[in-house]
Amino acid sequence: MYGLKTDWLEEASPRYYSVQDYEGAPARWCPGCGDHAVLTAVQRLCRDEQLAPEKTVMVSGIGCASRFPHYMKTYGFHGLHGRALPVACGIRSRRPDLHVFVATGDGDCCSIGAGHWIHAIRYNMKMVVMLLDNNVYGLTKNQTSPTSAKGSCTNTHPTGSFLRPLNPIQTTLGVTNASFVAQTVDWNPPHLLATLQAAHAHPGFAFVRIMQRCPHFQPGLFDSAQNDPNELLLLTHTDGIEVEDSIKRVLKNQHEHDPSNLDGARELADREDAIPIGLLYQNGNADRYDQFTALGIATSRDEKMTAIRAELGRYRI
Amino acid sequence: MSQSATAEKDSNPSSSAGQSPGKERELPIRRVSEQIIEIVSDSGEGAQTAGTLFGTVCAKMGNGLWTVEIIPAEIEPPARSRAGASGIRIRFGSEPVGNMGDQADLVVAFNEQVLYSRIDTDALRRGTILLLDDRWASSEDPSTREAFEKALADFHVRGYDVREIPIHAETAKVVDNPRRGKNVWVVGMLCAIYNRDVALAKEEIRQLFERKRKGEKVIETNYRLLEAGHAWAMEHLDMRLDIRSQASDEPRVVMSGNAAIALGTMAAGIEVCSMYPITPATSASHFLAADFHKAGGVIHQAEDEIAAAGFAIGASYAGKTAVTITSGPGMALKTELLGLAVMAEVPLVVVDVQRGGPSTGLPTKVEQGDLLSSLFGQPGDTPNIVIAPSDHQECFEFVITARKLAESFRMPVFVLSDANLATAQACFECPEPSEDWLSPPVDQSEWQEGIPPFDWDAETGLSQRPIPGQPGGQFVLTGLAHDEESHIAYESAINQYAMRMRSHKLAALQKTLKPPAVYGDEEGDLLVVGWGSTRGAIEEAIDRIRADGIRAGALCLRFISPMEPGLSAIFARYRKVMTIEINYSDDPSDSLINDDSRRYSQLAMLLRAGTLTDVDCWSRVPGQPLSPQMIEEALRGRLEALK
Ligand SMILES: Cc1ncc(C[n+]2csc(CCOP(=O)(O)OP(=O)(O)O)c2C)c(N)n1
Ligand code: SF4
Ligand SMILES: [Mg+2]
Repeated sequence: MYGLKTDWLEEASPRYYSVQDYEGAPARWCPGCGDHAVLTAVQRLCRDEQLAPEKTVMVSGIGCASRFPHYMKTYGFHGLHGRALPVACGIRSRRPDLHVFVATGDGDCCSIGAGHWIHAIRYNMKMVVMLLDNNVYGLTKNQTSPTSAKGSCTNTHPTGSFLRPLNPIQTTLGVTNASFVAQTVDWNPPHLLATLQAAHAHPGFAFVRIMQRCPHFQPGLFDSAQNDPNELLLLTHTDGIEVEDSIKRVLKNQHEHDPSNLDGARELADREDAIPIGLLYQNGNADRYDQFTALGIATSRDEKMTAIRAELGRYRI
Repeated sequence: MSQSATAEKDSNPSSSAGQSPGKERELPIRRVSEQIIEIVSDSGEGAQTAGTLFGTVCAKMGNGLWTVEIIPAEIEPPARSRAGASGIRIRFGSEPVGNMGDQADLVVAFNEQVLYSRIDTDALRRGTILLLDDRWASSEDPSTREAFEKALADFHVRGYDVREIPIHAETAKVVDNPRRGKNVWVVGMLCAIYNRDVALAKEEIRQLFERKRKGEKVIETNYRLLEAGHAWAMEHLDMRLDIRSQASDEPRVVMSGNAAIALGTMAAGIEVCSMYPITPATSASHFLAADFHKAGGVIHQAEDEIAAAGFAIGASYAGKTAVTITSGPGMALKTELLGLAVMAEVPLVVVDVQRGGPSTGLPTKVEQGDLLSSLFGQPGDTPNIVIAPSDHQECFEFVITARKLAESFRMPVFVLSDANLATAQACFECPEPSEDWLSPPVDQSEWQEGIPPFDWDAETGLSQRPIPGQPGGQFVLTGLAHDEESHIAYESAINQYAMRMRSHKLAALQKTLKPPAVYGDEEGDLLVVGWGSTRGAIEEAIDRIRADGIRAGALCLRFISPMEPGLSAIFARYRKVMTIEINYSDDPSDSLINDDSRRYSQLAMLLRAGTLTDVDCWSRVPGQPLSPQMIEEALRGRLEALK
């Protein structure tokens, strides 16, 4: 029934969404998989922000991580391997009213979808992009990924991978118009949630790399980082990601970093002694391509007809 | 190829051109029903601008029109090179014109070398009048003089009616740099030869340069070039022809097929055109770029064709039907996403302006080589709609149809145009746009409870889609096999059922189609089946053989998937059925080829499979449109074999 608006309903009885309102099919990831924690954090975020489920779209590619939309009760688009970002940009292009989230894997984003990744950063359309980085191809059963550490033993490189890994944070920082670059870990739920909240609040393309455990194919990958809080470097700043004092008490290895400092961000991204977590870079004033793609969005049918007639008129003989 | 005369001389143009009305010669005007002329030049000399200008004047005077761009492979090939010909063919006549015709009646050439590429493509005949710039005869470079003399001698042997004329010299009297100016001078000359309305030509010049945001001074200079060319021809040429036109009150438009596709996109209310530049499709987006937003649309130039398709699918999923316009290589890249659109039932309009393949092939030239890949290019079973416009009006209309079909049938619709339609200028009746053509506003009403996102009608497979923003409609679109709820299909029976549902949509659409009309004889010796841009030339060839008493008909298929109904019954009324296509097929007379090994042209293959009729074919890939004469000869050859 086109034309029936729901606004008046909302006024009569405002809806309150609980976490259950965002829970879709039961998650089928392996027990202990880091993706579970990210799902929970996103559902919390939606609840905290009271995002209308019908106005929220989860977009993904293909991979374990990309199963994400199925486990939400929002709109979802579980598309093709590597192609989440163009789809998300297309959705965003003419629907500024929708909240767009992207869940992508390290193969999905940094390998097959790398071209789109670079351009989506540059487009800087408003959306939250979560790179669930388990340093491996999970769904296809243990192949080397662009982010696998050098020497990783996988089914494609049983004696150890040959190349140094690509650094997704450094890559993102290197793209013109990057506007929000953050890093967090799946095993610290408060920091994960706080990071996603900051990403959601950002007016542009918010890129969050999440270190994600894959106990099935990469058992122990993040064990030491998990067990030794000093292997994480907590970035602090008044413009950064606000975290509770309890986190600060545990993560004593801290670094005050102004997220407007791009060079500082690049230095941090290169640190090998600890994983920096928090906001590396933010620029709230970067150009946004979704302002261009929204051109003419409010054109009335009459205006359209006038424009079409005028255009035909140019070819009249 | 933009040309404008920027530098002008201070001298009075009429005196500098040495003209006064008194010198014009009164000659009888000969009426002819049509003419084919060509202007050929080095690239960058504005021949195409001139031809388009002259063609528009003819169209405005009520003539039928068809132009063909002659495009070199490089942006700036070396001057005076045989392969570097850039130019345009203009066929205009008293009747509507639907194809490029046979050999040219008159050719204007800025140098003699570029003519050879036209000779190679059989564009000239004995008796063709050649108006050739004479400046090369007095070139300072002896090798140029020699080449010119040699070519002239050769042209005489070939039987062309060669006239050396001072294009460069006369233009130089008006502007400093004749390279930028002789094109409009030539238009003036052609206006004199063909008794064209000079005031109309001036109007066109004004519009042309105003579109290019040029000032009054440039327009004035070009008026003078036009007048100078006209005056010179009136005094020095003994040709006066006229092509009558049928008076018609119907308002008409003249444009290229790509412009028609762009206008169709607007008229369909499509909001997103997502593309990556590729010849010969790109110009459709150029036409849209300037004013699309006024009609509520936006062009997205994506990072590649895959992204272009993904972006369009995303926009469409969010309720805004989108179009992605490309050519063969781009189609190849989009393949996986097009399969997703079929699988997940996302409406999408895909325009493929076909060019020569495979691979990079012939980027600027026509071919109809993407038919089978459109139908079967995606992995798995991917029922989709494939339609092919056969003229400019259909280029316009089919985009509107495609959007409606895409939304009603919830699937991608492929519109197969080609380089011939894309670049040719032709006239058609001005469409009266309707609000019904516009896509409806995005439905944001509450989704009815209990209705799944794929509520397939058990017979037709049709269903309505929920759009993000519709409360209660939340679902997760997936490219995985899925059930009505869009849940991943873990049971084996679901896949069979879902495939059937997607396939039945085509059968349901086919039920609404009517059998196609035959052009010419309803039964008889020969039926020629074609699709797309070859229709005009096929029908002209059919007219010619029918004039000899052969009972023949032509059938042009607009719907190829689903196939138009009733074909077997129509085919049964003829002794022989064959297709004419611009794609590759084996020649059955080649010694290596026999019935077992022969590869048929693409439509023929489909028709043979679909109708169990022994459909023959004749197809060629000359990198240019098929002329009526080529087709006529092919038909006569096959009829001969029938005896
Ligand atoms: C075009 C294409 N190529 C390959 C695949 C197979 N494939 C599916 S997921 C995947 C990699 C997944 O790795 P990642 O993106 O890191 O996600 P993860 O499973 O680790 O979460 C591959 C190669 C595919 N689905 N499509
Ligand atoms: S394979 Fe790894 S990434 Fe995939 S679900 Fe299992 S634990 Fe998670
Ligand atoms: Mg991975």
